Amino acid sequence: MHYLRILLFLAAFWWFLSGYLLALILALGTLSVLLVTWFVHRMDRVEGGYQRLRVGLGLFRYLGWLMWQVVLSNIALVRCIWDPALPIRPVWKRLDTRVATPFEKALYANSITLTPGTLTTDVKDDHFMIHCLDPAGLQELKGGEMEQRIRSLGI
Amino acid sequence: MLTAAIVAILVTMVLALIRAFLGPTEYDRMLAANAFGTKTVLLIALAGHALSWHSFLDVALLYAMVNFIGTIAVMRFFEYGNTRDNEGSGSTP
Amino acid sequence: MSLVFEWLSALFLFAGGVLCITGGVGILRMPDFFARVHAAGVTETLAAPLLLIGLMLQMEWSMDLVKVLMILVFILATNPTASHAMAKAALHGGQKPLVSDSDGAQTGGASSNN
Repeated sequence: MHYLRILLFLAAFWWFLSGYLLALILALGTLSVLLVTWFVHRMDRVEGGYQRLRVGLGLFRYLGWLMWQVVLSNIALVRCIWDPALPIRPVWKRLDTRVATPFEKALYANSITLTPGTLTTDVKDDHFMIHCLDPAGLQELKGGEMEQRIRSLGI
Repeated sequence: MLTAAIVAILVTMVLALIRAFLGPTEYDRMLAANAFGTKTVLLIALAGHALSWHSFLDVALLYAMVNFIGTIAVMRFFEYGNTRDNEGSGSTP
Repeated sequence: MSLVFEWLSALFLFAGGVLCITGGVGILRMPDFFARVHAAGVTETLAAPLLLIGLMLQMEWSMDLVKVLMILVFILATNPTASHAMAKAALHGGQKPLVSDSDGAQTGGASSNN
């Protein structure tokens, strides 16, 4: 059933991007929509199959907060790059995590990586490996504000 | 200001190319290639608007996708030595 | 109103251009691969959105505006995945991050535990 939804969504998306009404183009579009639906079907066998992400207002509020964090850490990193002494003290450490569901994990790991200055190098069941340009970044992650916000989303 | 931004992007592309030539590891080169690709997307978008090309944004969008897929594919190749599926190869993000 | 957009757009484009070059300089200056990934992140997480928003402010309302927004969302969504894939592949290939000990001096080798 959800393949039908994907099919309709892809068709609408294709129509939005193309907007042509020629027979050949329409045929190619139909072909590509069917092909992508088949790809989705194939990929559903990976990692426990089809799961639905609940998109709510909380997620968008979190993304807004994340963008603000990205801006703040970018400013710190830009200052560091233009400093003639290049004051970086890289660390590569384990970060214990309490996020449980696959969505929470993916969101947390991606949020860490998206923020400049911190980089997730490995994702395990109960911990991540984090590379930081400065120990302060790791301390901030250990403070757990980001994790708390993600856990409170309930996805 | 659009021209200035385009020049800045071009300068960054040159810097990324220098890193790609210097290396020293293949990962550095791939990182530089990825950064170069992102800059290309921005360049197509900005230059397309400045020169009012037709349907330049479709090209930029497609290039962004190809750049991402290419990076992932090359990295999988570096990691496993082939691009086929590996069972139990750890978690995927 | 359009004058406000014009100035705002110029401001965004200028900031984006400066950040773009900063990222390029960072890629050249940083001492090892993992530090360079952070530097590349500057251009992709902040410079790209600034440049594209600056571009959007110059365009009139059309389908193209939504396409620019899609490029922006796509870059932001795929950048962490690509960075993670590169870092993971580098680790798997035997690269060890440069880490600094308590004196601030940089040493090779990894402290994966603790």
